Amino acid sequence: METLTDNKIIELELKANQIRESIIEMLLEAKSGHTAGPLGMADIFTLLYTHILRHDSRNPEWSERDRLILSNGHICPVLYATMAHAGYFPVEELKTLRKFGSRLQGHPHKEWLPSLENSSGPLGSGLSQAVGMSLADRIDNGRSSSKYFYCLMGDGELNEGQNWEAIMLAGKEKLHNLIAVVDRNNIQIDGYTEDVMPLDSLRAKWESFNWHVIECSGHDFQALNEAFREAKGVFERPSVIIAHTVPGKGVKEFERMYEWHGKAPNKDEAEMALKELRTLGGKIRAEHE
Amino acid sequence: MPNLNPKLFDEDVEQVPIRKGYGEGLLAAAEHDARVVGLCADLTESTQMHLFKNKFPERFIEIGVAEQNLASVASGMAAMGKIPFISSYAMFSPGRNWEQIRTTIAYNNQPVKIAGSHAGISVGPDGGTHQAIEDIAITRVIPRMVVISPCDAIEARKATIAIAQTDTPVYLRLAREKTPVITNDETPFEIGKAQVFFDATDGIAHVGVIATGALVYKALKVAKKLQSEGIHVKVLNLATIKPLDEEAIIALAKQTGCIVTVEEHQIRGGMGSAVAECLSKHLPTPQEFVGVDDEFGQSGTPDELLEHYKMGESHIETAIHTVLKRKNS
Repeated sequence: METLTDNKIIELELKANQIRESIIEMLLEAKSGHTAGPLGMADIFTLLYTHILRHDSRNPEWSERDRLILSNGHICPVLYATMAHAGYFPVEELKTLRKFGSRLQGHPHKEWLPSLENSSGPLGSGLSQAVGMSLADRIDNGRSSSKYFYCLMGDGELNEGQNWEAIMLAGKEKLHNLIAVVDRNNIQIDGYTEDVMPLDSLRAKWESFNWHVIECSGHDFQALNEAFREAKGVFERPSVIIAHTVPGKGVKEFERMYEWHGKAPNKDEAEMALKELRTLGGKIRAEHE
Repeated sequence: MPNLNPKLFDEDVEQVPIRKGYGEGLLAAAEHDARVVGLCADLTESTQMHLFKNKFPERFIEIGVAEQNLASVASGMAAMGKIPFISSYAMFSPGRNWEQIRTTIAYNNQPVKIAGSHAGISVGPDGGTHQAIEDIAITRVIPRMVVISPCDAIEARKATIAIAQTDTPVYLRLAREKTPVITNDETPFEIGKAQVFFDATDGIAHVGVIATGALVYKALKVAKKLQSEGIHVKVLNLATIKPLDEEAIIALAKQTGCIVTVEEHQIRGGMGSAVAECLSKHLPTPQEFVGVDDEFGQSGTPDELLEHYKMGESHIETAIHTVLKRKNS
């Protein structure tokens, strides 16, 4: 996990931008689904699948792979889009999202798409599953295991008490190969997180449960890469990366608006969004040249 | 007729808690298969998981009083190839953690084995909060879930060993109090198979009784008593509530023409309902239901409670007379 070169960062930015375009296209086709979270998490997913995760899209069952457990299943458009761009299935299939018979269920179902690690949607149970996976791995491989378990979570879903049961257990068990990533985008369905149910100080909460806490921007590839590197260096505790993200990132009209948490763009909105993203892509390329 | 405990109807019939058989079965299953792991929510000894924990401490996870986490952590362990057994009181698991069981275990198709101890009203003095009498209903409705309610400790031991080798989620219903040992080591046990535990020795049975759990014993006692009065009762031990042994149930209904179901559970949604779903489709048959009639329990001794909530021997007998009248009217 070397430091990212400037070229690598530009490559990641372009890839993330492409994934955002896919997200908009698939949501337009589906006519329902979540927009803000997937756009906000596109950078983190891009980095994970291209640089952090040990995985093989041609051999999804590879037993030595790292596990990515998505807890807030409603942001699955970003998971599906990133997986498709990583070669797990054809990019064209993204347009079947939420359609009858599609492998890309409205909320992820592991049986329909076996390369997923878990099904999710009902909030608050992903971290428990990741804890279970890490515990099972410890029984088999001891504390020197080379596998990592990444649990991606929303901030709003931290309202669910089950998370804190899992956080308590992971702290007790010192699961060093468990790395949680919280999408700290400050919105949930009913409004801003601090109005609906305040989470701050989020850092202090996790720390008091014996977790190593790292905070960084969820859009700064270098900082994110460093955060994962730091997390992997911690041995006596699990780590959480509180990634500060902008919901709707990449499309100005969607950014920071909780109204975009749970709806899909219509044709006009999608066209505008795609135009913006294409312009952004052009800008990144131009700066590079 | 399978081989049963020869002292079944003796005054001093041996009494053992059903949950004890689970503890012994889990230990045996774990000795046989290294994939077996145990998780408990702060009730290790009273759910009898301590036998496993003492022998295999490295395969035991103490979750604390957190049943939702219990279910989903087990799902994660199963995803990595383990066969997790999770233990708590039935009221809390599968009670409190029903959605986690549905989504992270059953929907994910993970072979987690959910052992709910202290099920039924006979938990007694702890009172209504701790008496799980809705657990059969909420588990049998979940796709893929196998539901087993053993009649005694020996059957519980065999069931535990058997479910460790299946690839589906299972709910295993256990009781706290000592209850009579009905079967013996030779009695066969097969998931999904009901067994006739009492039959008319001279002639054809007039009524079929389908019972599950510890109340099978009361059903057998009633059948023996009525035999001397000339009423022939055939008793089916329905240990597996799902998948339902439809063949055995239909055969019993065909032969007897009337059915009484007996369970320590709410009538609505329970084993009797499962039997009625089967018979109303294949062979509509008069049926009487012995169980809790849409009420919560309270503190008391097991016998006081079984009497008060109409699951005693006299109530089984009354139900038999009622259903016979309906059949003959």
